[in-house]
Amino acid sequence: MSIFIDKSTTVIVQGITGRDGGFHTKQMIEYGTKIVGGVTPGKGGQKFDDKVPVFNTVHEAVKQTNANTSVIYVPPMYAADAMMEAADAGIKFIVCITEGVPVLDMTRVYPFVKEKGARLLGPNCPGLITPGESKVGIIPGRICTPGNIGVVSRSGTLTYEVVYQLTRAGMGQSTCVGIGGDPINGTNFIDCLAAFEADPKTKAVAMMGEIGGTDEQEAAEFVRKHMKKPVVGFIAGQTAPPGRRMGHAGAIISGSAGTAAEKIEAFQKAGMGVAKRPMDFVQLLKDRM
Amino acid sequence: MNIHEYQAKDLLRAEGVPIPPGEVATTPEQAEAIAKKMGGMVVVKAQVHAGGRGKAGGVKLARTPAEAREVASRILGMQIKGLTVHKVLVTAAADIATEAYVGIILDRATKKPVFMVSPAGGIDIEEVAATTPEKILKLPIDTRYGLQPYQASELGFFLFDDVKKVRAASKIMMALYQAFMKNGASLAEINPLVVTPAGDVVALDAKMVIDDNELDRHPELEALRDETAEAPSEVDARNSHLTFIKLDGNVGCVVNGAGLAMATMDLVKFYGGEPANFLDIGGSSNPEKVVNALRIITEDPSVKVILFNIFGGITRTDDVANGIVTATKANPLKIPIVIRLTGTNEEIAMKILKENGFSASSDMDDAVKKAVDLATKGGKAA
Repeated sequence: MSIFIDKSTTVIVQGITGRDGGFHTKQMIEYGTKIVGGVTPGKGGQKFDDKVPVFNTVHEAVKQTNANTSVIYVPPMYAADAMMEAADAGIKFIVCITEGVPVLDMTRVYPFVKEKGARLLGPNCPGLITPGESKVGIIPGRICTPGNIGVVSRSGTLTYEVVYQLTRAGMGQSTCVGIGGDPINGTNFIDCLAAFEADPKTKAVAMMGEIGGTDEQEAAEFVRKHMKKPVVGFIAGQTAPPGRRMGHAGAIISGSAGTAAEKIEAFQKAGMGVAKRPMDFVQLLKDRM
Repeated sequence: MNIHEYQAKDLLRAEGVPIPPGEVATTPEQAEAIAKKMGGMVVVKAQVHAGGRGKAGGVKLARTPAEAREVASRILGMQIKGLTVHKVLVTAAADIATEAYVGIILDRATKKPVFMVSPAGGIDIEEVAATTPEKILKLPIDTRYGLQPYQASELGFFLFDDVKKVRAASKIMMALYQAFMKNGASLAEINPLVVTPAGDVVALDAKMVIDDNELDRHPELEALRDETAEAPSEVDARNSHLTFIKLDGNVGCVVNGAGLAMATMDLVKFYGGEPANFLDIGGSSNPEKVVNALRIITEDPSVKVILFNIFGGITRTDDVANGIVTATKANPLKIPIVIRLTGTNEEIAMKILKENGFSASSDMDDAVKKAVDLATKGGKAA
């Protein structure tokens, strides 16, 4: 078992003929992901890499392929439209990798997708991977190994760092999910924690948060009230100055709210393990399993 | 992106928010000329990207053009929260009967723009929210439909009893919302919104923050950026497509990915060092980005050691290695460099570095410890 994706997941790629979309489509196919089609308006009828059919619209792609998942690599100004198109076509799981989507666009996309009954992951995220089964997005497959640790994070490369250390220590992962660094995103920590709690394969969860907002504090409260599985957390940005956007649009301390200290305190109050360094996850998880 | 008060006022005026006339001056003489043109009393206001300008002495009333010149000469060049004042806004003074607060922020919790209004204006709204939350009305807006007239009216009635003032305030809410949406803002604030003794409702101060992600579709807003209000190294970095924030420490950090960059800074601190900067070279790295990153970091004289922490995913570590070699051949380093590389094309990267006389580690913890060690020793020797 796993969360959100497994070997039966069928995926279309929006922006499959673009530079990033094309590169990562090949990587996903190589990993074993079932890529059943792609969408680039105006390039319908072509084949990507001589094997993947390309369609003009997501509606057409869904009709021809029965895809249940879409991954989006289109430029930021077109990403909102791509997410809404996917939801409107009946896609139930939408993963938006694109970074730089205007936040006001997301205020329209989020309720639209929700009303269509779809789950959105991202935008500005690395996607997710269920090791040995399927990956949707850009997480490097070779650093992961199948196992029972659930991983959820707001970051990309920091996730790779932690996953790499887990793998080296022989601790495999059930699913690794990057929820993204934007202030408005489709899936939050609680959505992933609830899914990991319900997943029989997952035995413990590693969670990497960062400064800005209150998602981690709410997640800590969820852990305290609803989770039996152990959760270890880390917060990036303890040395970040207030009022500055630290790369991710959502990583900003506004006034005195959203600091690393308040998030770490919430983790401690919830009885979670607190990793002071990315390398502390291995031992803290071992201690709790 | 922060913009100045006078720029925010221009954007609000364009949508019909009533604001007393004003113009910007960069010299005391210009301030005097503007005051003469305005006639009557004026307010001279420092234009910097910082709150608390009034408390810092950056906002002064002037009764005559000569006085405007005199106060402008004191405010121009003044430091407010570490920022030098290069411009002042000279604006007609208004008599104030009452003050209110009106703002829109992009709220993460509701995933909507939220109106916040309070009859307790003129002061810090965070303080009002903390001490007397009943004095604030919060109203989330569904951007698919926009602000409806009944909502604007509800906001107006929260501030005033008199119907004429409510109508004036509602019109201002509509205009503020227009300005917020049209310019891709993440914050738009009028504080204070005042009622004059004559009963007019006018905006005396305005603040707007533009979502950086909107600048591609609003090139006209990019022109509002004031590069004199930023550290020169940050301007240089942005023009080189790097995300860079200058800090006060001596360990210069070059990292790929924002989360890993923050975690690297934190680890520097964990081992007793101080990071000199946040720097994210981004995902698809080319050697040129590394060359620019090294140039920007080594220009900071307080940097005692350079720390690379690269986890290759999309980023190819051999690109980074080539960047390091190219940059240091053109400009030999005067300070030590500690390199940590792992991931995509790691073997090739290690070979490139070794052939060019660099050593590299694949472990983040070891690399950070080593960099902090070198920075501390270097500090002592100097």
